[in-house]
Amino acid sequence: MKVTVNGVWKETSAGTAFMLRAETFPDREVLVLNGFQISEDAVLHDGDHVYIGKKGVFPERDELHALMSARHTPGVHARVSGATVGVAGLGGLGSNIVAMLARLGVGRLVIADFDVIEPTNLNRQNYYVEHIGMSKAKATADAVGRINPFIEVVTHDVRITPDNAASMFGGCDVVCEAFDSPTEKAMIVNTLMEKCPGLALVCGSGLAGFGDSNDIHTVKRMGNLYVCGDGFSAARIGTGLMSPRVGICAGHMANAVLRLLMGEEIR
Amino acid sequence: MRVNGAEVNLDRPFTLSEYLKAAGYDCLRVAAELNGAIVPRAKYDVVALDDGDSLEIVGFVGGG
Repeated sequence: MKVTVNGVWKETSAGTAFMLRAETFPDREVLVLNGFQISEDAVLHDGDHVYIGKKGVFPERDELHALMSARHTPGVHARVSGATVGVAGLGGLGSNIVAMLARLGVGRLVIADFDVIEPTNLNRQNYYVEHIGMSKAKATADAVGRINPFIEVVTHDVRITPDNAASMFGGCDVVCEAFDSPTEKAMIVNTLMEKCPGLALVCGSGLAGFGDSNDIHTVKRMGNLYVCGDGFSAARIGTGLMSPRVGICAGHMANAVLRLLMGEEIR
Repeated sequence: MRVNGAEVNLDRPFTLSEYLKAAGYDCLRVAAELNGAIVPRAKYDVVALDDGDSLEIVGFVGGG
């Protein structure tokens, strides 16, 4: 029987995951079988993917790839690690989307924001007190490195305009619009749809307040435009932006990116 | 014509920007696709809507 152990194909006669561990890395505690961390022994089958890790030790590059490959649903890591995803705007949506994409192991991230972090951001954005005054682009790039140091991050600490958006994001497989202002949202969507035909765009619209979580959904609009949100809950006087719904929408957007990268059809 | 999948009867000729305003949209907060092609914003004032057209409008609300 052939299985992969930490990314390397291996011929084994071990009938179970525990037997395979005893045969290969007997001093290691963590066992992941085909995307699922197991604590009880399980029968092995030909073609299984097994990751055997040591608790408390950060792996080398190749072994981290094997870990991600083993921990995600089979097939996901191979696809996302070769992908380039852009995130325009690194506020509530963008900073959280980037963290999720980094955890997914997206191979290359293109991130852009001109702003600096201020105390009012901390109610929903993926930053900490020590980041106050720092560029969002820099802090987000640092956050990616702390999650997965092998991801390539292209950082643009500038305001995105109709003149620079296509050159920044044109080479991406998918781009997330994660701006705050509705006119800026429309600006980047129009610019990229006009200048980069075929580029998949994931946008957020309608995520303020504390309305029903289940009103936030993902819908395909137009050829390659996917809109996440409830479509109506605008941030305005009397309706704030708060972490739970911002996080739900960011999750919708990151999962839309993953589904697109995996070739799934979003309706 | 059809707008976002629903049938709409226009009682007079409309440009895209006239229609968007009449339907309550802010032209600076939308993306519009006419018969499957994105309409460049610079053309909103000159693109005329016609019988049988299919118009998709995505409006954006603030917050992110």
